Amino acid sequence: MAPSTDSNVKDKNSQVSYKKDINTKTGRILQNKKHSNDIFDVIEYLQSEKDKEIIFATDACRRVFCQLFDRGDLYVGDLPQEEDLMSGDRGAEEKYRIFMRHRYNNCVELLLENMDHEAFQVKEASLCALMKFVAAEGRHPLQNLDLIEHYSFPRELLRTLVEHLLSTKEDMSLLISRFQEFLEMDDVRYYVMSSVRDNIYRVMGRNKKAVIPIYQNNVYTLLSTINVPSQGSKLKHFLVKQAYNPEEWKAAKLKEHKRAFEQMWLQFLKFKLPSSMYKKILVILHESIMPQMSDPSLLIDFLSAAYDIGGAISLLALNGLFILIHKHNLDYPDFYKKLYSLLDPSIFHVKYRARFFHLMNIFLSSTHLPAYLVAAFVKRFARLSLTAPPTALLILLPFVCNLIHRHPSCRVLIHRPSATEEPCDDPYVMEEEDPAQCHALESSLWEIKTLQKHYHPDVAKAAMKINEPLTEQEEDISEILELSTFELMERELKAERKTIPLEFDTATELLKSPREVLGVHFSLD
Amino acid sequence: MMRKQQTFSRGLSDKVRKSKAAPEIQKNPFEVKINRKKFDVLGRKSKHDVGLPGVSRSRAIQKRKETLLKEFRLKDKNNKFIDRRFGEYDSKLTPEEKILQRFTLERQRTQDRKDLYNLNEEEELTHYGQSLAEMEKMTDVIDSDSDSEEKGLLSAELTATHFGGGGGLLRKKSAGDDEEEHKPRSRQELIEELIIKSKQEKRERQTQKEEAQELTEKLDQDWRSIQNLLAHKTPKAERKDETDKPKLDQYDMMVRELGFEMKAQPSEKLKSAEELAREERHRLQTLEADRLKRMMGDAEEEAGQTNTHISADDMNDGFMLDGDDRKTLAYKDGKWNIEGEEEEKEEEEDEEGGEEEEDDGDDAEGQDEEEEDEDDEGHCDLQSDEGSEDEDGQSTEEEQECAEEPPAVIEEQKKAVQEAARAELPYTFPAPESYSDLKQLLQDHESEQQCVILDRTLKCHHPSLAAGNKAKLQKLFGFLLEYVGDLATQNPPDLKTVSALIPQICGLCQMFPEAACKAVQTLLSDSGHSMEETLEVKGRAPMPDLDMLVLLKIAALLFPSSDFRHPVMTPAFLYISQALTRCAVVSLEDVCKGLILCCLALEFVSLSQRIFPELLNFLLGLLHLSVSDKHNTGYTVVSPFRRQGKNCDLLVLKDPSVSHSWNRKPISLQTAHRVTAQSPVERDHFRLSLIDSCLDLVKRCTSLYKDLPSYAHIFQPIRALLLKHLPVEGYPAPLQDLHREILDAIPEKPSQHAPLVFKKKKPIPLKLFTPKIVQILDYGKKRGNTKEEKEHERLKHKYKREFKGALREIRKDTRFLAHEKLNDVMSRDAERKRKVKELYGSLATQEGEWKALKRKNRK
Repeated sequence: MAPSTDSNVKDKNSQVSYKKDINTKTGRILQNKKHSNDIFDVIEYLQSEKDKEIIFATDACRRVFCQLFDRGDLYVGDLPQEEDLMSGDRGAEEKYRIFMRHRYNNCVELLLENMDHEAFQVKEASLCALMKFVAAEGRHPLQNLDLIEHYSFPRELLRTLVEHLLSTKEDMSLLISRFQEFLEMDDVRYYVMSSVRDNIYRVMGRNKKAVIPIYQNNVYTLLSTINVPSQGSKLKHFLVKQAYNPEEWKAAKLKEHKRAFEQMWLQFLKFKLPSSMYKKILVILHESIMPQMSDPSLLIDFLSAAYDIGGAISLLALNGLFILIHKHNLDYPDFYKKLYSLLDPSIFHVKYRARFFHLMNIFLSSTHLPAYLVAAFVKRFARLSLTAPPTALLILLPFVCNLIHRHPSCRVLIHRPSATEEPCDDPYVMEEEDPAQCHALESSLWEIKTLQKHYHPDVAKAAMKINEPLTEQEEDISEILELSTFELMERELKAERKTIPLEFDTATELLKSPREVLGVHFSLD
Repeated sequence: MMRKQQTFSRGLSDKVRKSKAAPEIQKNPFEVKINRKKFDVLGRKSKHDVGLPGVSRSRAIQKRKETLLKEFRLKDKNNKFIDRRFGEYDSKLTPEEKILQRFTLERQRTQDRKDLYNLNEEEELTHYGQSLAEMEKMTDVIDSDSDSEEKGLLSAELTATHFGGGGGLLRKKSAGDDEEEHKPRSRQELIEELIIKSKQEKRERQTQKEEAQELTEKLDQDWRSIQNLLAHKTPKAERKDETDKPKLDQYDMMVRELGFEMKAQPSEKLKSAEELAREERHRLQTLEADRLKRMMGDAEEEAGQTNTHISADDMNDGFMLDGDDRKTLAYKDGKWNIEGEEEEKEEEEDEEGGEEEEDDGDDAEGQDEEEEDEDDEGHCDLQSDEGSEDEDGQSTEEEQECAEEPPAVIEEQKKAVQEAARAELPYTFPAPESYSDLKQLLQDHESEQQCVILDRTLKCHHPSLAAGNKAKLQKLFGFLLEYVGDLATQNPPDLKTVSALIPQICGLCQMFPEAACKAVQTLLSDSGHSMEETLEVKGRAPMPDLDMLVLLKIAALLFPSSDFRHPVMTPAFLYISQALTRCAVVSLEDVCKGLILCCLALEFVSLSQRIFPELLNFLLGLLHLSVSDKHNTGYTVVSPFRRQGKNCDLLVLKDPSVSHSWNRKPISLQTAHRVTAQSPVERDHFRLSLIDSCLDLVKRCTSLYKDLPSYAHIFQPIRALLLKHLPVEGYPAPLQDLHREILDAIPEKPSQHAPLVFKKKKPIPLKLFTPKIVQILDYGKKRGNTKEEKEHERLKHKYKREFKGALREIRKDTRFLAHEKLNDVMSRDAERKRKVKELYGSLATQEGEWKALKRKNRK
């Protein structure tokens, strides 16, 4: 007991002592220039082993340097080397300012390093301190600037900060989400966007365009948090207020914002991405990226590349492509052919099934499509339905019925009265890539007929509909697009039943029933 | 009376109207009244368009004169006496003949029905008109002697006087009187004398009787005082109570008991084995037909009607599908046994006051369990002593004796063991209130004992025994399922016990289908929900555990999986579908679980032959796991399998040479929990077993779906895999055979089909204007919705009408009577006036005469 209490006491003592120490030192530094050497001790704490000490020290540094900024105690202009400090004939005041400026630079370096620290609190504290410095530097620029050319904004500091934020080694998503609050400020956002663009260019160039999942993930996290406001009048929320001609400032112009946003994304999408990243981007593309770009059609390269990848990524790329075709007058040759080749058994099992069918519904909604094309789609869907789960079938069957309803010339697929009753082979060629060559229009939907024996009653009922002339109205499939198996199950469970039929063969053993299959292959012991 | 009058009068007036006798009246415009109609309805024949008010009024008056007036006139008048004695006023008959006739009539009347079949006694012997047989019974103890004598005496005289006929009496008496007094007396005098005499006798008899009674009472009291002395120890108060009616009580009881004793109940005729078999087959056929109907989905609409056959009674008759001759025989003997029980039970029930409804249920239950008993001789012995709450060993022994067909020696030993175990167990158990209660109850026992415990619990809490038992047992079903789930998840899983508990679960399910359905549904829904949640959170879910697999299997045993739509089985289907499409296969255990799910799925659809796409996808995926070279496949595997990657070689044999040492045997269900095989060879053997099952399932699927139009397309991927990719050369011979059979079953080229056409429909008939039919009821328009309301309205209306009619009739009657009374008064007045006038006239003439005389005198 005794030693532990001792250590406790000691801990407490040390805790108290480092706080006291830092507090007295910062106080002395700020009070009297004589004690300015104490800053070394404070900065030293930034490299401490203990997280608490670092955080406290970071806070202290922030206070000290912000105060110094306000007092103008930091040297402005090109900084002479520290070694030259004594040699040149400078006044004591100037020397002091140069000295402090060096300490400030040291401090910033250490803080940037701390952003890669393992403890999140340390990272967060460093980030906040650095952003304070950014604000302070903006108010009191450290360089003599040509005011007409450049507005005062510490771009260099922000650039290095972003560089550390977009680490290639570890996932910074937590810190980035913390950083999001600074992105609310329009000037910060603008300069972050441009520095991100530079950063991507540099990092990816260095890595010879290979995939760096962690880095790209960080970039994606940062990019997806950036939102350009929709109206220019709102751009009034700045970290650094510009005294001179604020209207002309680039960061105050929505157009510039959009351009920076666009360039940043294009830069990011120019390089090869991991497939999961493709999915992530494509999911948000049409909602949060395309509307904020000044010219979305520039995404065409990315989208067509994604569309060519195949599988789920192609399905997702469809959405962006659709917007381009629909809103931006893009001409995409062989769009339907490609769409047709996208259809394979996996479309019913991917997560984005609802989105896909929604788009499919839109693409095939035109009544001006040629009958052979629609028939090819219908037949292919029917063939694929043989492997689909009930949730997909409940979308698919009304969808197919709607298509046939929309295109009356496709009605032969379910009703071919002229043909003789003789059985014939299915003329449809599943392997054919071209919808024009697959002879779908000469076939019949025997697959749907097969599905009339499906185990799920609703599916069987939906399939029964082709037995009779289709109803006047199309069915609305938008409501069932998101249907999950469990919802289907719940629907069944909640239905009120009057009677519950029971098995009349009374069972006596677990593996003994009239139609036993399990017992044939498995035994109890 | 009024009502009768009314109908009568209406009939009369109708008659008047229709009669041809008064055509001149009908034509007379002053008589005819035309009833104006509001609407002229085409084709309606109106009865009452023309009325003859004068005629009907006159008829009514006429009728009243005949009935009411007569009654009125006869008011307060005495009735007349009618003598209906035979031949009383017939002067042609001689008195002897008259008497003879009367006697025969009397005899005929008494002889008619009573002694029709009385062969040995032609007539009842009497003494003084009293039946001798009755006299012998001596029912009335006190009065018997004096009464019979006196009665006889009196009756002899009185009958002679009263019924002997006036003439006879006169003659007799006069003869007797002649001897005594020689003075003829009038009939009046005779009768008076007789009356006085009889009255005197009566008085005497009464006093005598009173005296006798007093005497006996006194004697009684005396004796009681003596008896007090005689009695030794019993306290006085008690004694008094007992002595009040000591023997009578017991005797009464006996008599009453005898009265209530059950007469032998007519039992049902024993059926021969043939009859039983035929009945069984018939029942089976109807049930099967019904199942097919539900399978087609037709029954959905008419669900209301189907419940007749599903009722607990019906189902509980119990039968076995494979119960042919031997089992039927056993069943017959079971029947014997049951009937004895039924009698006992019914006796008891009758004493209690009889609860007929539940009795039936009990019987059926008894039969059911009895039959199960016969079937399950092996592992558990069910008892069906439903009625008796306290199960005693005796009945057990009886049952064992009744078990026909001496079982094998081992069975006997088993039975002995059971007996021993049974003896150790208590006979009654509390119904478990919570799951932990049940667990505690069953935990430390062998599976057979667990069955016995459950059985006894069920019997102790049969719904017919107490009000709360139903709820208790319903809860018990849920707990049992939970218990089974626990057994299946423990390590190692105790599936033997689960299997042994199946009959109990089935029995409970048959008793409470709703509760069972709810319980299974809840479990399915919970498990499905948790799977969905894990899927959403993690992106993939583990395969369901063994408890869910066992639950699915039990659900298939309890409910028909072939129904088009079933509250339990449809969700179960969806659950399997969800598991087969979304659950990742990452280990051999998962493969095993997936295979179990496939077996279950196939079992579910084997009767209805429904297509289960996920099943085929999964089988394809499983087979894909055994393909070593996964490039250029001519098929696509879908979720949860991937073309290539981690866990895609789960079923690839590490060492193909082990296939020589492999032999086919069923896989243990426990491996779904944990694969026991450790060594590479064992693991390879296990893989081969899995592949074997997989191929066999594919084979079953091919035979199941071979009639579907897209048969070839469905199996095309599997065929491609089997043909080109499966390393079948390295497999043992049975697997190679299976492989070949499957390939033979799947045609290379799709079969031909006729193009689709719509169903031929009946031409739709032209639209017709069907008349709108409005039911016109007694009270006009529709009022009230339900049948009861309508009936109530109808009665109300009817009552109103009748009331009004009656009121009207009464008014008419009073008016008529008043009129009649007035007429009477007027006629009486007129008479009086006339008489007064007459008097006045006569007086006037007298006066005139007198005056004329006077004048004459004066002259």
